[in-house]
Amino acid sequence: MTALSSFSRADRSIVGRWWWTVDRMSLVALLVLAGIGAMLILAASPAVATRIGIPDSFHFVKRQLIVLPAALLVMIAISLLSPRNIRRLAVVGFIGGLAMLALTLVAGQEIKGARRWISLAGQSIQPSEFVKPCFAVVAAWMFAEQRKGRGVPGFLICTALYLVVIALLLKQPDLGMTVVITAIWLIQFFLAGLPMIFVLIGGFGAVTGLIGAYFLLPHVASRIDRFLDPAAGDRYQVDKAMDAFANGGAFGRGPGEGIAKAFIPDVHADFIFAVAGEEYGLITCLIIVTLFALIVLRGFAKLLQESNLFVLLAGTGLLVQFGLQAFINMASTLHMIPTKGMTLPLISYGLSSLFAIALGMGMLLGLTRRRFGESDL
Amino acid sequence: MSFGTALLRALRSTYTLGGPGKHAVETAHTRLIVTSAFFALAFGAIGVRLADVTLFPHANDTRKARAARPEKLDRADIVDRNGLLVATSIQTASAHANPKEISDPAGVARKLASVLPDIDEKQIRERLAAPERSFVYIRRNVTPRQQYEINRLGIPGIQFQQEDRRLYPQGRLLAHVLGFSDVDSNGLAGVEKGLNERLRAGGEPVALSIDTRIQHILRQELDAAMQKFQAIGAAGIVMDIYTGEVLGMISMPDFDPTNLGGSPDDARFNRITLGVYEMGSTFKIFNTAMALDYGTVSVNGGYDAARPISIGRFTIKDDHPIPRWLSVPEIFMYSSNIGSIKMAQDVGVQGQRAFLDKLGLLTPPKFEVPEIGRPQVPQPWRPINLMTIAFGHGISVSALQMAGAAASVMNGGFYVRPTLIKHEEGAIIQGTRVMSAKTSDTMRKLMRLVVTGGTARKAEVPGYLIGGKTGTAEKIGARGGYRKNANITSLVAGFPMHNPRYLVIAMLDEPKGLKETYNFSTSGWNAAPTGGKIIARIGPLLGVEPYDANAPDVKAALAVDLAGTGPRVAKPTPQATPAAAALQAPPASAPMAVRAPSPQASARPAPLPVSPTGGSNLAAR
Repeated sequence: MTALSSFSRADRSIVGRWWWTVDRMSLVALLVLAGIGAMLILAASPAVATRIGIPDSFHFVKRQLIVLPAALLVMIAISLLSPRNIRRLAVVGFIGGLAMLALTLVAGQEIKGARRWISLAGQSIQPSEFVKPCFAVVAAWMFAEQRKGRGVPGFLICTALYLVVIALLLKQPDLGMTVVITAIWLIQFFLAGLPMIFVLIGGFGAVTGLIGAYFLLPHVASRIDRFLDPAAGDRYQVDKAMDAFANGGAFGRGPGEGIAKAFIPDVHADFIFAVAGEEYGLITCLIIVTLFALIVLRGFAKLLQESNLFVLLAGTGLLVQFGLQAFINMASTLHMIPTKGMTLPLISYGLSSLFAIALGMGMLLGLTRRRFGESDL
Repeated sequence: MSFGTALLRALRSTYTLGGPGKHAVETAHTRLIVTSAFFALAFGAIGVRLADVTLFPHANDTRKARAARPEKLDRADIVDRNGLLVATSIQTASAHANPKEISDPAGVARKLASVLPDIDEKQIRERLAAPERSFVYIRRNVTPRQQYEINRLGIPGIQFQQEDRRLYPQGRLLAHVLGFSDVDSNGLAGVEKGLNERLRAGGEPVALSIDTRIQHILRQELDAAMQKFQAIGAAGIVMDIYTGEVLGMISMPDFDPTNLGGSPDDARFNRITLGVYEMGSTFKIFNTAMALDYGTVSVNGGYDAARPISIGRFTIKDDHPIPRWLSVPEIFMYSSNIGSIKMAQDVGVQGQRAFLDKLGLLTPPKFEVPEIGRPQVPQPWRPINLMTIAFGHGISVSALQMAGAAASVMNGGFYVRPTLIKHEEGAIIQGTRVMSAKTSDTMRKLMRLVVTGGTARKAEVPGYLIGGKTGTAEKIGARGGYRKNANITSLVAGFPMHNPRYLVIAMLDEPKGLKETYNFSTSGWNAAPTGGKIIARIGPLLGVEPYDANAPDVKAALAVDLAGTGPRVAKPTPQATPAAAALQAPPASAPMAVRAPSPQASARPAPLPVSPTGGSNLAAR
C-alpha cells in the first residue's frame, strides 16, 4: 500500500483525487475476489482443457490471466470517470450492446441450443453481458428523470427498453439473463417509488411468470423437475458438485487435490464454486461469500447516504446485478435453486463476463466516489 | 395500453406532483434497506448451506443412502418340480473404463491381462486407446475375486457397475422351456417371456412341472438318436396324462441361454411347440378313437382294404398292403390307410372336424411359452381332406397338441390342457370329457397291440407295458410336393398301458436309413426304439414298477380280438366280450384328481425279475 498511499490528500491530479474519493474497501474486496478467481481458474480449468481435448492444458489459464489485469485496469479507468460521463458511456454501451444482441439472432453461433455469442475480431462475445450494467445505468437515469417531474416519461421509456431487452434475451433463449435484467428493473422501479399495489401485482406477476416458464419452456421445466425430484433426470453436475463440497469439508483437500473437476463439464465456469469447496474448503468459501456480501451490502450502505436519485438507482441496479449473479451461481452449485447457467462474478472463466463485470463495477466505483458540490446530474 | 396509462397516471399523481427531491430519495432509501435485507438474507443462507453440505454431507445426500441399501433382485427364480434351481438372477460387477482417463493403454491392458487371463490384451489396448470414446467395457460380469484383483492393480479410470445377470444353472438342458431374457431382465423367449409379468413381480420362485432328471434323460436319448440316425433335429415330450403337467420337453438342436450368439438361429426353433408338422400315422390314434366313439364301427367291426382308393389323380395305397377285409384292431396295428379312410368316411366331415377340435388339434393351444405354432387346418374342409386327415396328412399340428390329444385318448377320455407349471398338491384339474371311457379303454388295448405286434415293436421294454403308435410323414419341400426320404418320424406312446399314467412323444427330423435298419428310415426303426429307451430310463424314476405282461389280470386287461366280426368270418368272439368287460375303467372322477391313483393300487401284479434289459437295469439303480 505504500505506493498507493503516497498520494497526498492535497494531490489534485485525477488519480490522486480518485484515490481519496473512491470506496477503497470495495475496491480491495473486488481485487481480492479477482485474485481468488485467478487461483481457482488455475485449479479448475486445466481439467476442462484436458477433457475437451485442448493440447495445452493451461489454455484457459493463460487466456484468463492475460485478460484479468486488463479487465481490472478497465474497471479502474471507468471508475475515474465522472457520473455524467459514466452515464454517457452507459448510453453508448447500451445502444451498442443492444445492436449486438440483435445481431446474435441473425449471426450468432449456436452453442448448446442457444444463440448467445457473436464473433468479433476472432473473439466470441456475449453481448448480453455488456447490456446488463449499461441497462442498469440507463434505466436509473430514466427513473430519476421521471421523478424530477420535468415531463420526461422516464417510467414509460424504461419499461419499453426493458421489454426490448428481454424480448431479445428470450429469443436467444437466455432465461438467466432475463431473470437478472428483470430483477434490476423491478428493484429500481421499486426504489423509484412504485406504488405498493403495483409491488404486490409485480410479485404476483413474477410467480405467474415462473409458472408460465415452467409450462411453456421445456428446458426450464426439465431443470425445475430435476431440482425437485432427484429421480426425474440428469442431475449429474449438481450431484458431483455436492460430492465436491462433502469431499472438501472445512479445510479442503488442498490445492490441486480435487477430483470433482474431472467430472463436471462446466467446472471452470458455472461450477467453479464447487472446486473452491473441494480444494480450499468451507472457510475459503465463506470468505468468498463474505466478500460478495461485503461488496453488495457496503455498496447499499453507501447508497443510503446518497442524495442523488440517479446515482442511488444506478448503483443499486449495478449491485443487484452483481449480487444476484453471485447468489444464483452459488445457490445453483449448492443445489438451493434449480441449476441456472450463470457465471460467478470475477471468478468464473469467461472473457465477456469478466469485462462486463469490470465495466459494471468500474461504473459503480465511479458513481459511489465522494462528490463535492455536484447538484443536478 | 390501458394498464400502462393507468400505471403512469397513478405514479404521476402520487409522486411527481409534489416535485422532485427529498421525498423521492427518502422513499428510495427506505426501500433500499428492504432490498439490502433480502440480499443479506440470501448471502446468509448460502453461508448456512455451505456449512451444511461441507460439514454434514451425509445428512442430505439421498444418493448414498440409496446406494448403501442392497439392490433388490427383481426377477423371480424358476425351479423345477422338485425345487431344483433352473433360473436365477445374481448381481455382478462389470469393469469399464473411460479411455480419456487412461494415460497408458498398453500398460493398463497388460496389467488387466495379468488378472483376467482370458481377455484379448490387444483388443483391450485398442479399446482403451480410443480417444473419442468415454466409456468402454473391459469385461462384463467379472467374479468378485476378479473385481478385487482389478481394484488391487490400482489403475485410475477403471470402474465397476453393478448389473443383474440371469443365470441358468442347468445350461442348455431347459433351453427351450425357459427361453432367455435380455440384459434389462425382460423375458424374450420361453417361460421367461410367457411368464414375464409374474417373474418381474419378483417374490416366490415359479415352480415348473418339469422334472430335471427326466429332462436330462430325454435330452440324452434324443441327442443320441439324433447322432445315430444323422437327423437334423429331434424333439420329445413327457407328460402326465391326468394332470397335463409336462415333465420333460426337449427340442434339439438347442442353445446355451447364456451364450445365444454361439448357437445358430435354427437352434432357437422349438420343435415341440412352434413347429407344426403333418404327423402321419400317429393321427390314426384320433381317427380310430373317433370312429369308435361315434359308434360308426365297433372294435369287432372292420373294412375291406383290398383295393387302393382313388381320389382324382391320386391313389392312396397301404405301405404294407394286406389285400383283404381288416378288423379295426388290424387296421390300427398294420396302419392301413385304406381302412382308416373308410372309418373316417363313415363319420363324415362334420363329425371329424368336431372330434379333432375337441381334442385341441385345430386351434393354437394355450401354453406357458410364447412360441406356439398355429395348426394348419384345411379351409374349406372337403371330403378329400377328410380322407387325408384320416391317416395324418393335410393337417399340420404341433407335438404339444399331439400330446394333449393323445393324453385324452389314454386317460379315460378327458382333455386336460398341457402345462409347464407344477400343480399344487391336491389341486383340482379341470378336464373336459371328449370321449367315452369305453373308447379310451379300447384305444389303450389297440395302442398296446401296436407295440406287441405292429410297427412299434422296437419300442417294447419288458415290464413297462408300453403302448403307442408310430408315424412317418414325408416333409413338404420348398416348392411344394413331398420329399422322398426326408421324413418326420414319431412315436406317440403311453405306459403302463393297462392303467396308463405317462405319455411320451419322440420325434426325429429327417433321420437317415442305416445299415442296421436295412436302410429304412421309417419311425419303427428310429423313433420307436428311441421312445423305448426313454421309457426304460424314466419309468423307474417315475415310480412305475415293472409288470409281468403274462400276469392273468394284465393279459385280460389288454386282450384284443384281432379277427373281429368280418363279413366273411362272421363269428362271435368268445374272448372279446369278457376281455372288454374286464377292462379296468377308471371312475369318471379319477382324471380330475391331481395324482391319479397309483397304477399299483387297483391291480398289483408281481414285479418282473431284474433282467439285463435297460429298463430293469435302471430300475435297480
